Amino acid sequence: MILKEIIEALDLRVAAGAVHTDVEVTGGYTADLLSCAMAGAAAGNLWITLQSHLNVVAVASLNELAGVIVTEGRPISAETAGKAEEEGVVLLHTPLTSYQVAGRLWALGVR
Amino acid sequence: MPSIYADLHLHTVLSACAEVEMLPPLIVQRALQLGLGLIAVTDHNCCANCAAVWQAAEGTGLRVFPGMELQTAEEVHMLCLFGTLEQALTWQGIVFDHLPQLPNREDIFGGQYVVDRNGDYVRTEERRLAISSDLSLDQAVHRVTALGGLPIPSHIDRQVNSLLANLGFVPADLRVAALEINGRTDPDDLTARQPEVAKYPLVRNGDAHRLGDMRRGIVFEAAEASLDALAQALRHRRHRIVVD
Repeated sequence: MILKEIIEALDLRVAAGAVHTDVEVTGGYTADLLSCAMAGAAAGNLWITLQSHLNVVAVASLNELAGVIVTEGRPISAETAGKAEEEGVVLLHTPLTSYQVAGRLWALGVR
Repeated sequence: MPSIYADLHLHTVLSACAEVEMLPPLIVQRALQLGLGLIAVTDHNCCANCAAVWQAAEGTGLRVFPGMELQTAEEVHMLCLFGTLEQALTWQGIVFDHLPQLPNREDIFGGQYVVDRNGDYVRTEERRLAISSDLSLDQAVHRVTALGGLPIPSHIDRQVNSLLANLGFVPADLRVAALEINGRTDPDDLTARQPEVAKYPLVRNGDAHRLGDMRRGIVFEAAEASLDALAQALRHRRHRIVVD
């Protein structure tokens, strides 16, 4: 599934990287520990997490993720969004919980 | 007894996030300007620049504790302070056995440089240090203590990589020498919000990533700036946080 379609289906707000949303999403990964995401999230995955600090961008960039969905409306600082924009990382924002987001992605066929 | 001013948390160019000015002679010079009698070198997950800072301070009267800022399995940061280089290097060996073997990505995390006492380049640490070990907080506290070191969780009230953010509370029976509070935190405000914090001695440091961040963190009275003297001062709360 294309990231853009997921953004529409889940009504996600794009906080950074809007020009990079035309990519195929290969699957998903959920963790709030960065070390888990570093070890477990594969290239092209969407990473669902509560974390919204600067290091999230580094991990997304390192693992070449399709994007990051920051859940529960956790605030994304201008610094984090700016860095993501600079690195070409797609940062998405939602008031939903990580559990709800994972469920909806699964239902959409992202597995 | 003389008053000893200390800053127990600073990073050198070995930490990818530190500025290039964090070199042994400049760190020592800045410490002396601030009137510090004691500093601790605490790079992320590595002790490779401790000896260089120690040597740079020789003959100046500044005492240097070799140390590390460990990242535990819970992604909590904790200062591990030692009295001797041998202890620090033993700890380094243990931590390296518990760190994933991954190459650093300088383009993403930044460079990790080992330097000599003059600040001259020796080598690049190729192993990725900006990562969690698989030592739990509890395991790390026990092992640092068993080696004769002082475990002090870092910036416990910071939003990330901290005891209160990552665990949500101070675990009961956590046997640490002190808790480090964030640079701008008023200890009274914090203990009002998190009463369990008051069970521990509190320290505040520079967590310097640039020379200008170094500060008079705490002060205590002791005949000499030894690890034991610091431990005693903390245990009996004979230290205080410097208000600047």
